Amino acid sequence: MQLVVNGEQRQMQPGSTVADLLDELQIPVVRVAVEVNLEIVPKASYTQHTLADRDRIEIVHFVGGG
Amino acid sequence: MKSNKLTIAGKEYNSRLMVGTGKYATNELMVEALEASGAEIITVAVRRVDLTQMGKGCMLDYIDPKKYTLLPNTAACYTAEEAIRTCRLAREAGLSDLVKLEVLGDEKTLFPDNEELLKAAKILIAEGFTVLPYCSDDVILCKKLEDLGCAAVMPLGAPIGSGLGIRNPYNIKLIMEAVSVPVIVDAGVGTASDATLAMELGCDGILMNTAIAGAKDPVAMARAMKLGVEAGRLAHEAGRIPRKLYATASSPLTDLIGS
Repeated sequence: MQLVVNGEQRQMQPGSTVADLLDELQIPVVRVAVEVNLEIVPKASYTQHTLADRDRIEIVHFVGGG
Repeated sequence: MKSNKLTIAGKEYNSRLMVGTGKYATNELMVEALEASGAEIITVAVRRVDLTQMGKGCMLDYIDPKKYTLLPNTAACYTAEEAIRTCRLAREAGLSDLVKLEVLGDEKTLFPDNEELLKAAKILIAEGFTVLPYCSDDVILCKKLEDLGCAAVMPLGAPIGSGLGIRNPYNIKLIMEAVSVPVIVDAGVGTASDATLAMELGCDGILMNTAIAGAKDPVAMARAMKLGVEAGRLAHEAGRIPRKLYATASSPLTDLIGS
């Protein structure tokens, strides 16, 4: 299936979850937030939340700022 | 005398200086400057994870979460909607309700869009956020933000990153008289005396980033700011003498020698 992750096209196996995506991207779960189609996915749901074709995903974290 | 601690939303802080984590050349330098500043609250921005840097460390790897309270900002948000979305993501990422709410109105001045700010503050407070709004140095606006339930008000001293200092100390004074939540001057200071002035006015705290990160020696400036804030606060609590036009001798005018 085709996903848009942080604005970039990305292929993933159908049935993949948010946890699978983070794992593939080597992003530690601690202190990131994930939005799927503008809805925040709570950390506790990463392993249950199955992604669908054409989902738009935002993965954010904290960076330096004022 | 009032307690010498800054209290925000029921939590006490020893330092009245809050600092940003942006614009540092390296994370190591940032950590050293944070240490030197003595700050306990540090601001961070919320951004996309860079997928080309997969597996590499992030800024937070350098920050001890036990030592610092993270204050996520909504920098670069120009509408209430964008700012609210950013706050929700920040809460999920940091597991805290504390946010520095800024809704900007213009790229050139980075002045707040106060109408959007009020709109966003109202919604976020209803969602349980502890909102610290970056706002104009306008007493009526600050009263409105307090009435909405903001945990503090953070009027600007001057435009963000401008280093112009406290441009309107009289407005800041009026705001302090008008609201009972902490008043934290946010943005605009250039050097330690600016911070001192803000604290002498009676501000509860001050937030800065560029003045430290942009200095030639950020660690030395962080220490200067720490001392400046402490000096200003002490002077405020000590109570300064009134300003007068003419001199008053410091030495006795009696028992003068020979005459």
